[in-house]
Amino acid sequence: MGRYILGRLISAIPVLLGITVIVFLIMALIPGDPATAILGSYATPENVEKLNRDLGLDKPLVSQYFIWLGNMLQGDFGTSFSLNRPVIDEVLERFNATLILAGTSFVICSVLGIMAGVISAANQYGWADKGITFVVLLGISIPSFFLGMMMILFFSVNLRVFPVSGMWPIYGTRDIWALLNHLVLPATALAVVATGVIARLSRSAMLEVLRQDFIRTARAKGVHERGVIWRHALKAAMVSIIPVLGIQAGFVLSGAVYIEIVFQWPGVGRMLVDAILTRDILLVQGGVVFVAACYVLFNIVVDVAQSLLDPRIKT
Amino acid sequence: MMAFLKLLARNRLALAGGIVLSFVVLLALITPLLPLAEPNVTNTAARFQKPFSEGTLLGTDHLGRDLLSRLMWGTRLSLAVGFAAAVVAATLGAAIGIVAGFYGGRTDNLIMRGVDMLMAFPYILLALAIVAALGPGLFNALIAVAAVNVPFFARNIRGITVGIAHKEFVDAARLAGLSNSRIILTEILPNVIPVIVIAMSTTIGWMILETAGLSFLGLGSQPPQADLGSMLGEARSALITNPHTSVVPGIMILIIVMSINLLGDGVRDALDPRLKSGALSRPMAATLVSRKDPVPPAEGKGLLEVQELQTQFHVKDRVYRAVGGVSLHVKPGECLGVIGESGSGKSVTALSVMGLVASPPGVITGGAVRYDGEDLIGAPYRKLREMRGRNVAYIFQDPLATLHPLYKVGDQLIEAIRSHRPISKSEGQAKAIDLLKAVRIPNAEKRISDHPHEMSGGMRQRVGIAMALANDPDIIIADEPTTALDVTVQAQILSLLDDLRRSRGLAIVFITHDFGVVGQLCDRVAVMYAGRIVEEGPTQSVLETPTHPYTARLMACVPELGAGKRRLEAIPGLPPVVDKLPKGCAFADRCDRVQADCRQGEIDLEREGTRAVRCIHPVIPLKEAAE
Repeated sequence: MGRYILGRLISAIPVLLGITVIVFLIMALIPGDPATAILGSYATPENVEKLNRDLGLDKPLVSQYFIWLGNMLQGDFGTSFSLNRPVIDEVLERFNATLILAGTSFVICSVLGIMAGVISAANQYGWADKGITFVVLLGISIPSFFLGMMMILFFSVNLRVFPVSGMWPIYGTRDIWALLNHLVLPATALAVVATGVIARLSRSAMLEVLRQDFIRTARAKGVHERGVIWRHALKAAMVSIIPVLGIQAGFVLSGAVYIEIVFQWPGVGRMLVDAILTRDILLVQGGVVFVAACYVLFNIVVDVAQSLLDPRIKT
Repeated sequence: MMAFLKLLARNRLALAGGIVLSFVVLLALITPLLPLAEPNVTNTAARFQKPFSEGTLLGTDHLGRDLLSRLMWGTRLSLAVGFAAAVVAATLGAAIGIVAGFYGGRTDNLIMRGVDMLMAFPYILLALAIVAALGPGLFNALIAVAAVNVPFFARNIRGITVGIAHKEFVDAARLAGLSNSRIILTEILPNVIPVIVIAMSTTIGWMILETAGLSFLGLGSQPPQADLGSMLGEARSALITNPHTSVVPGIMILIIVMSINLLGDGVRDALDPRLKSGALSRPMAATLVSRKDPVPPAEGKGLLEVQELQTQFHVKDRVYRAVGGVSLHVKPGECLGVIGESGSGKSVTALSVMGLVASPPGVITGGAVRYDGEDLIGAPYRKLREMRGRNVAYIFQDPLATLHPLYKVGDQLIEAIRSHRPISKSEGQAKAIDLLKAVRIPNAEKRISDHPHEMSGGMRQRVGIAMALANDPDIIIADEPTTALDVTVQAQILSLLDDLRRSRGLAIVFITHDFGVVGQLCDRVAVMYAGRIVEEGPTQSVLETPTHPYTARLMACVPELGAGKRRLEAIPGLPPVVDKLPKGCAFADRCDRVQADCRQGEIDLEREGTRAVRCIHPVIPLKEAAE
């Protein structure tokens, strides 16, 4: 197992490098000259030139890339000009908030999605299946930002059961209950689409598995139908569900951008949108590379989970 | 194409989605012709008018602009941008995919690596990076959304192209000396376009959502122009005071995306042939029972008594009579062989005993299955479950498919026991080892922690037998347990079953298509054809004097060791399809003794002592054979 994880980590290196290359190339597309963008159009030519030299922008593109990469490997993502603090500090702080939001959502959508899919498949064409299928269809069709706004309107403004926005109360203690209270609405709104997708896939994976011979064997030896569904069938179906969980984690992370805006959640997505609007390029660059790298590492965790589940995968 | 459209129209939800979507698209197309207010004319005096107030149907927004008008123009813009993004993504993606798939080798490798890299990003990060580089704006948002979706198309189309690139007609074009670009344009592209269109139809909803999302963030369409996303984004600040300005564009996005999803699902279902046949139905916990005729009374012939059993498969309007009135019985310590070609209904008969026929489509429509005199057909599920494995156990054909691939064999054995009585973990472990030893698996202590794929075919089948023995059942139904094994292993398994039967007094129903196997193991044999028993009797007697022409022909199919010169005779023709059984003898069309009266009507199973045959022109008269 240790060797398998090591192997996956090593094979992630080219992907991580590829990510940096892609981000670097996209940023190189920026029309005009970043120094002017940073200093504004009233900057003197001397200042622009000095900044360009400080940023290493007078060097050829390839060496610029390696300088940038080398700095990042040492934890130096540059300094955000709009916030006037090191990019890495800001990203880490914001990513923490995103992780709480997206992580909670991911747990919700995985558990609910799989459960809904299993129940749906086990009662194929029954009322539970039809009900779940309809809710799922609604869930995957509603834009998460619109859903979030409607939830605020209903639960926060009309029913006044949850706070309207933010991660912490403005006054009062910052304990786990305060956090959870603020987390319920955004985490739910963020989870809805992914729950729907996972439920659909789990349903079809279960239907596929339920026709297999080993299910008949389980029934033939007298296993209770509950055990047939939730142990035998679900375990086999997980082989095709787990990779989708990995993909959906990316969608949850993506959806977090909208939810963070709607609920004023101080996460990395909102930071990126603000950075784009203020044209704080280093902050965008650092944020994108960091989050993408985390996602790649997360997918290694998914692969390891898959290999733990399925002994047929060579470890 | 027409068939496809018909199929699509039969799916009512897809049809509804299609109608709603067409309506929205039509409205968007004729928006400039409609008598709407100017979408961008502000009138701050009349801001935040409620819906249905004077002069405006849906009210006005924070600048007093008419919401209905803005909604229609916004819908038009959102649809156009989403569609454009889909076209751009599909075109670029398809081009990349075709090149990678067609040229293969290093080109393919390089391109697909790049595609994998792009797919390693959560999609919005890439879109944000692109918008950050190009600057906010609707056109840039379109580029970003299209770019993000290129890898999806590239990967799909590459897969299809690889499949096509090695087909004969492409080779023919190459031999004809056409250039690569000609081949791509004239041979590959026409075959790929349908796939591209379908992939587009299923992703266009996403593209509309994604561009709306970027506009919502303020990175897409810029004021005063507004698509649905930026309408929602602008309305957000007035969410609490004037929710209608948010609800109007939000609902519109929901309607569009939902109708596209419904339509897309319909397209996918119409194209997936497995769904058409209904094969994706989930088999229920026990076979459906729908008996109309009275249940035959118990006859007390044996521990297990199958009486006039009828099992059918109902697929759409067709009825397949897989088992058409079969009677069997078996006593403790006895082994009954059931023999027939594939499709003769022997497995379905066996599975009907414990309600294991997949249902839908299977239905038991008549007869009785008696265990110790008690009818099990129509017994409540709880009763059936308690008897499965404890009283009647099964051994199936292919142990690689019939054992759960992800559980250790020891755990599967323990589970078989625990399904019927509580047992501690260590006790179960010990019992599992005993069971493996009983079926002569060497090194049983270690083998219990193997997964099925780590064992050989013979070992796996021993595990299957051990599992059947786990609860000391009285009856074992073995459904072709040796078919997937090679001859030496087959002999070992047979002698194991024979020993177990003698030492434990098991009743065995042994299903096979091999007379050689029957001769080694079975006391009595029943020959099945087209869902009915055509001959029955003590094994030795039937082997020596087969009376039914089918039995005789079936035996002639078995090559005999040391009799190399005997001709191995295959039976010409195929068994009849069981949804269109002929009148009279089902074997008539393949029989060399057939006469006119064979096709007249129902032929009864005639009994004489221990022998029985369903034939009016037998090879030897039944009386002679029975002596």
